[in-house]
Amino acid sequence: MTVKVNISYFAWLRERAGVETEQFETSARTPAQLWTELDARHDFNTERRHLKVAVNDAFSSWDASLADGDRIVFIPPVSGG
Amino acid sequence: MFEITSKQVDVDALRRGLMSADCGGYTAFEGWVRDHHKGRAVSGLHYEAYADLATAEGLRILAEAEDRFGPVRMACVHRIGDLEVGELAVWVGAAAPHRDEAFKACRYVIDELKQRLPIWKKEHYIEGESAWVDCERCRAAGHGKHHHDHDHAEDRPAARKAEGESA
Repeated sequence: MTVKVNISYFAWLRERAGVETEQFETSARTPAQLWTELDARHDFNTERRHLKVAVNDAFSSWDASLADGDRIVFIPPVSGG
Repeated sequence: MFEITSKQVDVDALRRGLMSADCGGYTAFEGWVRDHHKGRAVSGLHYEAYADLATAEGLRILAEAEDRFGPVRMACVHRIGDLEVGELAVWVGAAAPHRDEAFKACRYVIDELKQRLPIWKKEHYIEGESAWVDCERCRAAGHGKHHHDHDHAEDRPAARKAEGESA
């Protein structure tokens, strides 16, 4: 079983991916598994522990359940202010 | 009130918006674009935000300040896009019946937003290079002056070993 999710990238993850957004059909059940799949595809060259993840514009745990149509954002260490 | 904007910030209007007959103390924090960072001359900054989440998190931080120090009237604006040296990048204002709560609430908001808002800054250097600030792989590799549009592959061995968290 697969789900279609929409991924948005920011800052150096966006530059690394080469796209701002992408739709991705995945058998991943969680954001953690999705990260592993996308990292293999884009070679983000970082470790997951440096990142946070948001699902549908709210911070999420890495082992939440993905649903069809979810918006996923991986969040690099922030530097606002 | 919390806002992410690509337009210049009207500080006077924000200040007026916080004025209230029951407030006797007002303070504001302004973050400006500085012309140097870690010994390198900076010509400007580019800010990028995950606006939906940054706005939600910004409102959450203001609500926390109200819970801790309220009653306090607060507003916060963060710029995105390209900013020149000297431009205002972030503004936090707090008005309260007495000054202590205004100072504390203002300090709380700027400290929390720097750690929590999904906003990233890229520095442009006088020499023409640019780099994302707090790139953890650069820090992990101990590259204090390592700030250019780099291929991060070279940082990998050190980054894999590092235990540091983001600042």
